[in-house]
Amino acid sequence: MTKIKAVRIALAGAGLFALTAGILQGGYQDTLMKAVRICMECIGIG
Amino acid sequence: MDKNSKNRKFHFRRRCIQAVSALLYNANLPGFADGSIYKGRSKGVCVPGLNCYSCPGAIASCPLGALQNALSNLPNKLPLYIIGFLLLAGVGLGRVVCGFLCPFGLLQELMYKIPTPKVRKSIWTRRLSWLKYVVLAVFVAILPIWYAFAQGMPVPAFCKYICPAGTLEGGFFLLGMREEYRALAGVLFHWKAVLCAAILVCCIFIYRGFCRFICPLGAIYSFFSRIALLAVRVDKKLCNGCGLCVKACPMDIRQVGDHECIHCGHCAASCPKNAIYFGKERKSDYENKEKSISK
Repeated sequence: MTKIKAVRIALAGAGLFALTAGILQGGYQDTLMKAVRICMECIGIG
Repeated sequence: MDKNSKNRKFHFRRRCIQAVSALLYNANLPGFADGSIYKGRSKGVCVPGLNCYSCPGAIASCPLGALQNALSNLPNKLPLYIIGFLLLAGVGLGRVVCGFLCPFGLLQELMYKIPTPKVRKSIWTRRLSWLKYVVLAVFVAILPIWYAFAQGMPVPAFCKYICPAGTLEGGFFLLGMREEYRALAGVLFHWKAVLCAAILVCCIFIYRGFCRFICPLGAIYSFFSRIALLAVRVDKKLCNGCGLCVKACPMDIRQVGDHECIHCGHCAASCPKNAIYFGKERKSDYENKEKSISK
């Protein structure tokens, strides 16, 4: 296996792991809670 | 099929993908009519490109906004969810996201089509292209983390002080439709409105000025340029090193596929050897890349 391929697989694995751990930790809910309210900073009045 | 029609077909497909992704990111069309934002569960998922989640049409989250808010939860919670997403998007697509899947990139390309004298790339634009890494470090990482630790409050500094996508998609729409927000608009909104207008005007004269000099999301994806699965690549066996591809590229690249390359495929038309292709790496190129890394 080439080095590039190995790095790619390692990073994809780390990404999957982080994503899963993040969902279990409540990251999805946090993102959802922020995104369903109007972000005052984003629109320039926060 | 000859080379020119092949390139035209590629660019037509790229434009279609850009347009479809912009529509999909902002598929909540009723929001534009009543000035409300979408509240469905898909808002917990990020799209790969820059698209404000306060846009009335947005059906998903902006990865930059989500990252800054997640960093604001430090030290109580690590931003694993969004880091995982960015790692997967980076490894799979890298800056192909900039070239194909970013609505703000599409808007800049359309602005650049307005016929005016254009600013050509130079040593100065190349130097200025490093600015986006400063913006990434200061506004996306340091300031949100500093506010979280020092004051215990979430401040998405890039969204708050700079992001023109938020001003354009969220600010102008929502303030235009809702009286209560218009009444709250102060210095900050005026600063962001002027900055957004300045960036859009610059994009008439400078190809993708925001992407090249400011966009921190492009800066994040650029870290994956050497390993991303999908990319524009050069077949080293065919390449004669003439450099026409670099000259033809409107971005500040030093070689095709480097950290400034958005994989738009403009370079392919200029290659006399047909050495440039889009997609996964061919086996011979793996070997060449391995050699260049081990040197």
